[in-house]
Amino acid sequence: SFLSTLTQTMKGSHPHHYSPALFLYSSWWGGVQMGPPDPILGVTEAFKRDTNPKKMNLGVGAYRDDQGKPFVLSCVRKAEALIAAKQLDKEYLPIGGLGEFTKACAQLALGADNEVLKSGRSITVQTISGTGSLRIGANFLSRFHGGPRDVYLPKPSWGNHTPIFRDAGMQLKAYRYYDPSTCGFDFKGALDDISKIPEQSVILLHACAHNPTGVDPKPEQWKEIADLVKKRNLLVFFDMAYQGFASGDIDRDAWSVRYFIEQGHNIVLSQSFAKNMGLYGERVGGFTVVCNDADEAKRVESQLKILIRPIYSNPPMNGARIATTILNTPDLRSLWLEEVHGMANRIIKMREQLVAGLKKEGSTHNWQHVIDQIGMFCFTGLKPEQVERLTKEFSVYMTKDGRISMAGVSSGNVGYLAHGIHAVTK
Amino acid sequence: MSVFCEVPQAAPVAVFKLTQDFNNDPFLKKVNLGVGAYRTDEGQPWVLPVVKKVEKIIVHDDRLNHEYLPILGLPEFRSAASKIALGDDSPAILENRVGAVQCLGGTGALKMGAEFLRRFYNGNNNTKTPVYVSAPTWENHNAVFANAGFEDVRPYKYWDAEKRGLDLAGFLGDLESCPEHSIFVLHACAHNPTGTDPTQEQWELIAEVMMRRKLFVFFDSAYQGFASGSLEKDAWAVRYFVSMGFEMFCAQSFSKNFGLYNERVGNLTVVARDADNLKRVLSQMEKIVRTTWSNPPAQGARIVATTLNSPELFIEWKDNVKTMADRVLLMREQLKAKLQALGTPGTWDHITEQIGMFSFTGLNPKQVEYMVKEKHIYLMASGRINMCGLTTKNIDYVAESIHEAVTTVQ
Repeated sequence: SFLSTLTQTMKGSHPHHYSPALFLYSSWWGGVQMGPPDPILGVTEAFKRDTNPKKMNLGVGAYRDDQGKPFVLSCVRKAEALIAAKQLDKEYLPIGGLGEFTKACAQLALGADNEVLKSGRSITVQTISGTGSLRIGANFLSRFHGGPRDVYLPKPSWGNHTPIFRDAGMQLKAYRYYDPSTCGFDFKGALDDISKIPEQSVILLHACAHNPTGVDPKPEQWKEIADLVKKRNLLVFFDMAYQGFASGDIDRDAWSVRYFIEQGHNIVLSQSFAKNMGLYGERVGGFTVVCNDADEAKRVESQLKILIRPIYSNPPMNGARIATTILNTPDLRSLWLEEVHGMANRIIKMREQLVAGLKKEGSTHNWQHVIDQIGMFCFTGLKPEQVERLTKEFSVYMTKDGRISMAGVSSGNVGYLAHGIHAVTK
Repeated sequence: MSVFCEVPQAAPVAVFKLTQDFNNDPFLKKVNLGVGAYRTDEGQPWVLPVVKKVEKIIVHDDRLNHEYLPILGLPEFRSAASKIALGDDSPAILENRVGAVQCLGGTGALKMGAEFLRRFYNGNNNTKTPVYVSAPTWENHNAVFANAGFEDVRPYKYWDAEKRGLDLAGFLGDLESCPEHSIFVLHACAHNPTGTDPTQEQWELIAEVMMRRKLFVFFDSAYQGFASGSLEKDAWAVRYFVSMGFEMFCAQSFSKNFGLYNERVGNLTVVARDADNLKRVLSQMEKIVRTTWSNPPAQGARIVATTLNSPELFIEWKDNVKTMADRVLLMREQLKAKLQALGTPGTWDHITEQIGMFSFTGLNPKQVEYMVKEKHIYLMASGRINMCGLTTKNIDYVAESIHEAVTTVQ
């Protein structure tokens, strides 16, 4: 045969290489370019290489305790012990995920007594954390949304929003959001831009703890936004990755979502349990569609399953089981609320200490935004050149846009950080 | 006015509907021969003893946390999993041209491979490249590739219903006549749903045509170890193709051979021409992963990595796998023996010649309907049965029912 003749010939002349194809053909992948390095990963790589004992990694988007260590919540460990004792099997979950989880997930977001849940006019599927939820949502909109293919993101938004929606076949546009002159919310600019969005377009809103700026609208501002969005007849896509983690209060953090629903918006919603339960690597999330009625919800559910099946068939059990156990076991739920409150409080305290530290250093700049912003991230207002100096001279690692992860700040290093920021901004 | 009022009701996935119907059936002697998951002789799911052991180790290890895995997954899982498929001493691994992407089950691995191929294979974003899947094949293969953007997913001849075996001539004919650079999804072993695999000689013929006609090799390996009881034997085809120098993908699932169905443990093994090509391929895989699930779930991969990387646990695992494979082989023997003893018309050799979890019984749709409706034995309309659903307690009932179906229903 063709192959065996070739193999014999090759073996004869090149005894150490006996794969004929290696000689005959060049690679299929010769034209594949090296993918651009991930900007955030790049920060972490550089941080790892740095030998300065005072170095700080403020790129990390995961919570750290006051010793700078990853934090596994006690309620999670307790839930894991309970689950282990049950000796459960490992049979496939349904495509839409663990039923108890999706129910608890929806209740957490909407409130257990929400009319939407009582009437059965929403559907929640378990997803691969926030990213998986956004992607399923994007795919669903791409296939079934009859309106324009444009998704309006706040400017700026989480870096991964754009490629997720794009890969799903949607197009990206933006509305003004962050005001660099105040390091706060550009309310006027947002309303102005939103008022011009074509009807039936999709608008993405961060429910709380906006990533990357930490700037959230105040309740009165949310009300006006909700009003305007309704006037423009826009489809609202809420991304809620930090419920509980922002203010420390799960109901307060979900207020915007619940308000919009109350006002009659049939929203779609992505939830993540990566941060608020510290379940990052277990990939726990949910995607919810609020419909007109239960029948519509059933039809939507059937189509979500059709979307999910050819991606990963059904979701992973472990994290969902942990989240469900916590949410549905009264003791664990109380413990969780305490721990989430604790995480949020530590962040808030670090914000306060950073500002106090800057004042102590003699900084004359207005750092109020550091305290006004909320959640894991802070848009310091530092310019790229200042960021570069902070990294080079002080080994403080952060992204070029001036964003720092407050989670990387501890009582042990907040003074050093204040010193460095003052040095590059005075 | 809802934006979604036009959304039509989608048909349920057949195999899950079957299980749902089974669950709702009050008949005492009902048997579920539908969905592909292993069952013990008591008809129960089986968490592998080695998995239980490793889970205890993990839950008591205070050094472990729930931090994000890297985008491509747990490194010690990826390399151990690829070694399982290719062999520890694989020249390709020694030549640093093998890499992997940890994915959500076998489905996730197929998905990542499909998305990569659609973007980068045979030109950029060439959605017209034909993707060939066996006739028949796992029903989700079509959807995975179609949803990744391929416009032309076609069947290649595979199952010969008349002789109840491989249609080799048809298969080779399709390989010879298809457009160059077509992508072929090959079942590494324990073909789903037919249980019919090419012999080694037949694989060699298949490989030759694929090499000559520059066709892309995409293996789906969901049953390694589970089919024959031997990891090496079940990986023979994959390793043969690697030794022939193909650049290829192999989607691996650890759902069945580790019984980790719901933890979604899969691995896309990439064999490239050289380390540089591999590097660029993996960098692009990262981008695809990032917009699909960002990074994969930790638990299942940890269990597999811990097991594969420990000499004692690895031996224990192989033993557990053999337990499963042996029970399936026993059920095959017994079913065939009983049908022969009953004098059921037709030949039943295919039941023991086929391998793995599934058997294409040869029952026609009417006979299947009889089995489901009259006998409360649930199997797929194609006549596919899951051998794991058979136990020493129900095998007589099933054999007798097949006998009835074959003799009374045409």
